[in-house]
Amino acid sequence: MALLEVRNLHAGIEGKEILRGLDLTVNAGEVHAIMGPNGSGKSTLAYVLAGKDGYEPTSGEVLFNGKNLFDMEPDERAAAGMFLAFQYPLEIPGVATITFLRTALNAQRKKRGDAELSVPEFQKRLNAAASQLGIDRDMLRRAVNVGFSGGEKKRNEVLQMALLEPRLAVLDETDSGLDIDALKIVADGVNRLRSRERAFVVITHYQRLLNYIVPDVVHVLSKGRIVKTGGKELALELEAHGYGEYQEEAVA
Amino acid sequence: MNAELTTIKTAAESALATTFAEVRNRLPGDKAVSAQRAAAFDVFAKQGLPHRRIEDWKYTDLRALMREAKPLASPPDAATKARAKAAGAMLGDVEARRLTFVDGAFVPDLSDLRGLEGGLSIGSLADALAEGDPAVLGHLGKIAPAGDVAVALNTALMGDGAVIRIADGATIERPLHLCFVASEKPAATFVRSLVVAAPGTRAMLIESHEGPSRSDYQVNAALELFVGQRAHIDHVKIIGEGAEALHVSTLAAAIAAQARFNTFTFTTGGAVVRNQMFLNFDGEDTVAGIRGATLLGGRQHADTTLLVNHIARACQSREVFKSVLGGEAHGVFQGRIVVRRGAQKTDAKMMTQALLLSERAEADNKPELEIYADDVQCGHGATAGALDDELKFYLMARGIPAAEAEALLIQAFLGEAIEGIEHAGLREALMDSVAAWLKARK
Repeated sequence: MALLEVRNLHAGIEGKEILRGLDLTVNAGEVHAIMGPNGSGKSTLAYVLAGKDGYEPTSGEVLFNGKNLFDMEPDERAAAGMFLAFQYPLEIPGVATITFLRTALNAQRKKRGDAELSVPEFQKRLNAAASQLGIDRDMLRRAVNVGFSGGEKKRNEVLQMALLEPRLAVLDETDSGLDIDALKIVADGVNRLRSRERAFVVITHYQRLLNYIVPDVVHVLSKGRIVKTGGKELALELEAHGYGEYQEEAVA
Repeated sequence: MNAELTTIKTAAESALATTFAEVRNRLPGDKAVSAQRAAAFDVFAKQGLPHRRIEDWKYTDLRALMREAKPLASPPDAATKARAKAAGAMLGDVEARRLTFVDGAFVPDLSDLRGLEGGLSIGSLADALAEGDPAVLGHLGKIAPAGDVAVALNTALMGDGAVIRIADGATIERPLHLCFVASEKPAATFVRSLVVAAPGTRAMLIESHEGPSRSDYQVNAALELFVGQRAHIDHVKIIGEGAEALHVSTLAAAIAAQARFNTFTFTTGGAVVRNQMFLNFDGEDTVAGIRGATLLGGRQHADTTLLVNHIARACQSREVFKSVLGGEAHGVFQGRIVVRRGAQKTDAKMMTQALLLSERAEADNKPELEIYADDVQCGHGATAGALDDELKFYLMARGIPAAEAEALLIQAFLGEAIEGIEHAGLREALMDSVAAWLKARK
């Protein structure tokens, strides 16, 4: 059984259809890249999977681990193993990063019927994950993402991912706004999390990120549909020739 | 006499006049106090209860909100006192010296008067008035604005309250807790307290007001506070009245040079609440934090009205007020900062924020700056809005259920104000109260 099965998905915002019959199958252990020009529906796909208000599916279905994704609230999806790394991580004044992480982890554990983690056990896991990403204690005490640089915010997303241990991580333009050093730290963080049980959907406009997070499968998204699927070499092809032919193809 | 009769119109106004006529000769105090009461009552008789056409009471039309005036509370009986023992729970683990007032009367049996720290003296206002204590009479009514009707009624009808004196340089380690408890009887209390902190003193003063949820009792409480030079005084007021109560309270403070002064008001209770503060910065180089958090639901109405008067130069004041309004609640904030001509180098910044949890909740905000000096830094900001859906989604996307995500965001919102309280135990107690409020909301 595939981990994620998207069948003929139509979805949009405020009555405007953006995804127009998208099909995608992701198996555990795989890394899929979804590339496409601006406006092709990449972020919409990410939000529809995570369950953001206003991003409503109109037809088609999505099975996550065999279950209907649209029957679940965003927090239930997260507890079932769905994780969205935000393109623009939000700042939450007044909520310490460490509180946020512990609340999230324990909420997921509770929903799955696991016991809450003790403070020392949580601290141990947090310290291990944070040090690998170069996140210091001071950052963990500060309010979530408040005053963080772009790179720090993205590292914080990867830290959350490392702690929450999702089955499927959707990375929405994780490379945007990062310099090469920050990009490497983030990519290393993601690569450490690759495993046979876990899958990734890496959404990106540019091929650059895929030098560091090497995908098994590359899809081209255009006008709300997957128009081409290939291996990692497809990304290089797109880098060389641009999206021109796919945009025309989709129109025709 | 005729003029008075034509201005006293409502049932509540008539009842107050009757009450005053009945009790004026029984209330404590000598002739001078009696004259002070009469003059104060005259202020009320001329103006009547404040209504919406009085600018300072624009959003809290007491004439309309106060349908009747309750009779003055009688002295508490043994059973009432026994029930009052459980009061003050909202302070959590804070180890404070408790002074209990039941239905406005000081109850020594329920108060901790043992082993007073050096330099600390505690008494009851009723005793001080009866004895004609010159030090008390010399301070009483000196800073509370006599023209304010709530203050005037308090002065006219004050029965009891705390009188606390802290002598030169004394540090009072244990917080002093003025614990005001109303009993089941729907009565009115007029409590007046006086705190005189001499130069160089250090103390924390907690005022809590609570009562039963099924009694429409009325409280008019006033505190006059003198903060001496270089003193460091923290004041926290917890308004946790019962759901049907009418609560009007006043803090009037005169703050001398180089003092540190913090006041925080935490409001969750009462059907109608008016919390007013009149703060005078009389000496230079004072640093003050004036903050508050209000949580309302149902049809509660709470009004915070603040007048900060920068008279002396180079004082710094920070005003931060936050409110969370659900149901059909109505939150009001009126904040006026006046910078007098001589108050150069004043640094005053005021911020008010309202979080509306329902479409029928209402927040009114009236910040005013009145500046007569030319070398000052003053500013104010205000926001009102709903919970941020984007933030809520971010939390939910990490596995936090909707209700818990909302609670976390509300706690964070209020936490920014509450963290201004220096006492860690009290900060925790108030955050616990916020959590309890959020839990009860569901």
